[in-house]
Amino acid sequence: MSVLEIKNLHVNVETDQGTREILRGVDLVINKGEIHAIMGPNGSGKSTLAYTIAGHPKYTVVQGEILLDGENVLEMTVDERARAGLFLAMQYPVEIPGVTVTNFLRTAKTAIDGQAPSVRTWVKDVRESMSNLKMDKAFAERNVNEGFSGGEKKRNEILQLELLKPNFAVLDETDSGLDVDALKVVSEGVNRAMASTGLGVLLITHYTRILRYIKPDFVHVFVAGRIAEQGGPELADRLEEEGYDRYNVAEAAAAE
Amino acid sequence: MTSTAMPTAEQHGLVAHTDGAFVPVQTRSERFRSVNVDDFAPVNGREHEWKLSPVAAFADLTGGELDGSRPTIETTDVAGVAISWIARTDARIGSAGIPEERASANAWSTFGESLLVSVTGEDEKVAVITRSGLGSAPRAAHTVIEAAPFSRALIVLRGIGDARLSENVEILVGEGASLTVVSLQEWSDDSVHLASQFARLSRDSFLKHIVVSLGGKVVRVNPSTHLAEQGADIEALGLYFADAGQHLEQQVFVHHDAPHTKSRVTYKGALQGSGARTVWIGDVLIGQKATGTDSYEQNRNLVLTDGTRADSVPNLEIETGDIAGAGHASATGRFDDEQLFYLMARGIREDEARRLVVRGFLTEIVQKIGSPELEARLNAAVEAELQGN
Ligand SMILES: Nc1ncnc2c1ncn2[C@@H]1O[C@H](COP(=O)(O)OP(=O)(O)O)[C@@H](O)[C@H]1O
Ligand SMILES: [Mg+2]
Repeated sequence: MSVLEIKNLHVNVETDQGTREILRGVDLVINKGEIHAIMGPNGSGKSTLAYTIAGHPKYTVVQGEILLDGENVLEMTVDERARAGLFLAMQYPVEIPGVTVTNFLRTAKTAIDGQAPSVRTWVKDVRESMSNLKMDKAFAERNVNEGFSGGEKKRNEILQLELLKPNFAVLDETDSGLDVDALKVVSEGVNRAMASTGLGVLLITHYTRILRYIKPDFVHVFVAGRIAEQGGPELADRLEEEGYDRYNVAEAAAAE
Repeated sequence: MTSTAMPTAEQHGLVAHTDGAFVPVQTRSERFRSVNVDDFAPVNGREHEWKLSPVAAFADLTGGELDGSRPTIETTDVAGVAISWIARTDARIGSAGIPEERASANAWSTFGESLLVSVTGEDEKVAVITRSGLGSAPRAAHTVIEAAPFSRALIVLRGIGDARLSENVEILVGEGASLTVVSLQEWSDDSVHLASQFARLSRDSFLKHIVVSLGGKVVRVNPSTHLAEQGADIEALGLYFADAGQHLEQQVFVHHDAPHTKSRVTYKGALQGSGARTVWIGDVLIGQKATGTDSYEQNRNLVLTDGTRADSVPNLEIETGDIAGAGHASATGRFDDEQLFYLMARGIREDEARRLVVRGFLTEIVQKIGSPELEARLNAAVEAELQGN
């Protein structure tokens, strides 16, 4: 049974104004097959957590651990983490001029599997996943994320999730900016990936509406760089009604 | 406007310098011209056409005696592409343009015969002319590429091996002809190559002109295009990859001199390693007769390491009020670490991710060449550059 553990994680970022502490002691255990929703107001550090798990060089871990099946993730390079089975669907996917989606997907698949995928099944898999995500065939020959709308970028992230088959996926506000149709399509993609590989999901969101389509096992409320409260799906319902006000977001931020 | 990249770790992505003021050339059409080397003063490096070049590295080519004998060339027989040598007195010589600087005039003064590449026939064809073994003594050369009216061809003029060469290339594109000329510099590490290319485009003709500079210590290829008759259309493309200690330069000039002429200039370069140096100057002159002109030029440089310098200088001079469009863009940017992170977050190793990004950046040019074979060769050559060969 695969498990991703985050223990007492403290993370700083260098800004023009100097070092800022953003994560202030995060503890989280995600087993394969579980869905953990992380909900929190803007600026609470959700993306910082996502980027830190993926190994973005801007974020410095000053304390704590991230373990994947007991292995120290923090010692791994960004690509090693991906090959170890971690996946980050980014809030703002990056454009790669001159690199087609087809070329990119094949290169990534080859890197993750350690060998090139069999041509026949791969082409079929890509086509099928794209069609499931209601992506036009023409996307395959477009450059990665270049000129994609917000919704197209998010679909492209979930396409990669389906094809690369990680053990754990962090979805950073994959729902933001999606209309309800796109939200359903993207959610179905995540559910399909869960059904086929039983992956563990860290679903970061600002809103509760994606939780109508992806049912979390656990809900964590993230405020000012740490988890302020956790519970089951009912916590999301409560957030839906009450918002984040009762966590004294402003005070928590001011206490930094 | 000069944008000089001395990148720092903070720099990300492409920094556009598009909106700054630029300095019009004003005198470009009246620049001094002569076929006689003695009409030019000895080069001291302060002249506007030399001030960004390492003139001491090739004083022999601007001032010394040159060997003007026939170089050995290799080519394959292609129907509709005839290759021969013609005398200095041939009427075609000087009909596309004449030298504007001393290295060009020195070559003009000393070449013995000119290579003539004569294109006929309306079917598409490809001819590769390779020059190798030019040696390390200073040389002069002259080439005329002539495309008959309505003819079509892709001509590759390729240089490999050692060379210290100053040369002039004239390109005559006949009415309605469609010609692609690729000037491919893959010289050895110590080579110096200074080239002036002059193209004259007749009515409704199209020239795709591509400068690819990869190998050589100093490579300076300056293409001038005279859109002399109405409907003439030039697509000028360039791709260069400068390694440590390499100087790659191109001074591009497009002269719109007739109604409804069109130009698109796109040069892209990558710089890697200490002392890697590139220069791009793009002069566009839209003359009084050039009503309805449509013109756009751009240069983009991708800086891969510290210690490099890219100069990028677009100039636009407009003498008529009645144009369809004219614009320019110039940007020099550091390798984008966010792109690297994105690719690595999908399991791709750093070196491969870097290669993908750089290849992606340059591929816009490679894809426009229009010959799958040549595209594959260039991709391989870019790959070799990235491996640090
Ligand atoms: N790379 C960065 N540089 C400077 N400040 C950052 C950076 N990343 C995050 N921050 C700051 O850290 C805080 C948390 O940001 P983020 O993790 O993006 O929050 P969320 O995703 O919850 O909206 C914000 O105040 C943000 O401005
Ligand atoms: Mg965020």
